[in-house]
Amino acid sequence: MMLRAKAPRRPVSDSHAFPTRSYDLVKEFLIALAVVTVLTVVLAAVFSSPDDKAISLQSWAKTAPSDVVATAAGELAGTTTSATYGPPYNTNGDGQQLLFLPLQKWAGVRYPVDSANDLVVGPLRSMTGDPAVTGALARWDSATAQQRTTWATAYGDALSKAPDGEPAKVASGDYGPVPAMAAGFQRLALTGGLEQQLTSGPFYNADPTKALLLLADGSYLEDQARAQSLGGDQWGMMNETGNYPGQPWLWLYTFWYQIDPFKSSDNADALVWGLMMVLTLGLMLVPFIPGLRSIPRWIPVHRLIWRDWYRRTGH
Amino acid sequence: MTAPARATTAHTTLTERLRTRIEHTVPQGQALPDRQPAYVRSWVYVFGVLTLSAFLVVLVSGAILAVGGLTWWHTSSVGHFVNSLHLWSVEIFFATMVIHLWGKFWMAAWRGGRGLTWVTGVLLFLASIGTAFTGYLSQTNFDSEWISTQAKDGLNAVGIGAFFNVLNPGQMLLWHVVLLPFVVGLITVWHVVLVRRHGVVPPIDAVAPGETVPGDAPDLSTASQEEARP
Ligand code: HEM
Repeated sequence: MMLRAKAPRRPVSDSHAFPTRSYDLVKEFLIALAVVTVLTVVLAAVFSSPDDKAISLQSWAKTAPSDVVATAAGELAGTTTSATYGPPYNTNGDGQQLLFLPLQKWAGVRYPVDSANDLVVGPLRSMTGDPAVTGALARWDSATAQQRTTWATAYGDALSKAPDGEPAKVASGDYGPVPAMAAGFQRLALTGGLEQQLTSGPFYNADPTKALLLLADGSYLEDQARAQSLGGDQWGMMNETGNYPGQPWLWLYTFWYQIDPFKSSDNADALVWGLMMVLTLGLMLVPFIPGLRSIPRWIPVHRLIWRDWYRRTGH
Repeated sequence: MTAPARATTAHTTLTERLRTRIEHTVPQGQALPDRQPAYVRSWVYVFGVLTLSAFLVVLVSGAILAVGGLTWWHTSSVGHFVNSLHLWSVEIFFATMVIHLWGKFWMAAWRGGRGLTWVTGVLLFLASIGTAFTGYLSQTNFDSEWISTQAKDGLNAVGIGAFFNVLNPGQMLLWHVVLLPFVVGLITVWHVVLVRRHGVVPPIDAVAPGETVPGDAPDLSTASQEEARP
């Protein structure tokens, strides 16, 4: 009855032409639903789920004041991640390329962020009752762009050399109004009002894009994440806070970040994305790719799956 | 694909055409049959239905979360438990889906005109990953702060970030609870209808009894090709 011919060109029989057996699909579904529901409830009851509180800019200023000061100085100097990012936030960088295609640049600046003014100077202007800040701002405003950068860069460098990065231990130098501005910025964050200053809407602040960029410009957020093995080079993409399963289905995506040439490439994000798209397309087209589609024939797992059938039909 | 139907619908109304189309999508009696081919006898077959069930549990637990709003689960113990239900049903959903995927791979279940079933399956996998990802971005906690500020680089690098702002939980939440679940639901229906349309794929090299030359029986998809081909 079964043909064992090697000839590859052979149509597949119509499934409706085979002998049948009774099979209750609805019952199968209901049992499956019950099993999954019970399993879900048990897992939820036993293991709960993680919920580490969001880091507020206030808690950042409280826990890591030096990092806030250093970040403010960096924004003013134009050296932070967001300040040098390029599209979609600004034109201070070209962004990454995929096969020489500057997709990032082509997409354009869609969420304009001027790091110095939007993230630091703007919010500082709300501190009208703080003479140290208003005085510093007046000096900042009357200085040339170059002078501002010189001050801020010098202060940023000095901070990074100070013991523990502590502003109080910075060597003396010509930093202009930058130390007063950065210190004022930390005080502003401490009041808990900074998030509101960073949202564009007058009342509804549903879009924290700028606040998140600011937080990510500091090192505190990353330190917290790395402590939980969430760093990009720690397979972080598939990890979760605590010991919970995160998104293990991203294992292949995060795998590439662990190895060269991606690990050390400036274009890693674009390269990994492109590679994953090609692989995904490959997965989608497996049925149509000669060789790939024959793997299940060569590694006969199907003989196990259909062992009853093969046995009964003497195959 | 429904050649016989098409031949008789040349001059009929749109309504008639739609009706014929619907009626011929799945062979009569095969939408919800109470019998299956004798070779359908393996635990592997259960994983499609398990995936479907898990998806329903995900939808229901997500809907309950939605009742309380974006941040309810941070402050309510009931909300937190519902969040746990949502998380674990998602983990089950993906676990069963991946087993289902590999099962179908080793069965070469794309044979006999079932290529589109496989393709819609991969689309489901992708859309589900997107849905889960936007869910992680909508948590409004430390995890979403970190994931969003990391993920922005990947998406910005290829220009997607300019339109799909992972730093904006309002946008991400709407993708998560409206757009993407709708897509997953729609493709799921398509996927399952395709399965019913073609019937469960016969074992590799199996020939229906009475068929002297394999494949003599009319193939519903009109496709009759190389064994491992769709
Ligand atoms: C939301 C996710 C999915 C759901 C709810 C789902 C559901 C189902 C169900 C209920 C069946 C019929 C029962 C069975 O054979 O297990 C089925 C069959 C099938 N699924 Fe899926 N599936 C999903 C994802 C996938 C994925 C990711 C793939 C592969 C890439 C896939 C490929 C297939 C194939 C090829 C069949 C036909 C099997 C045959 O004819 O024997 N599915 N699916």
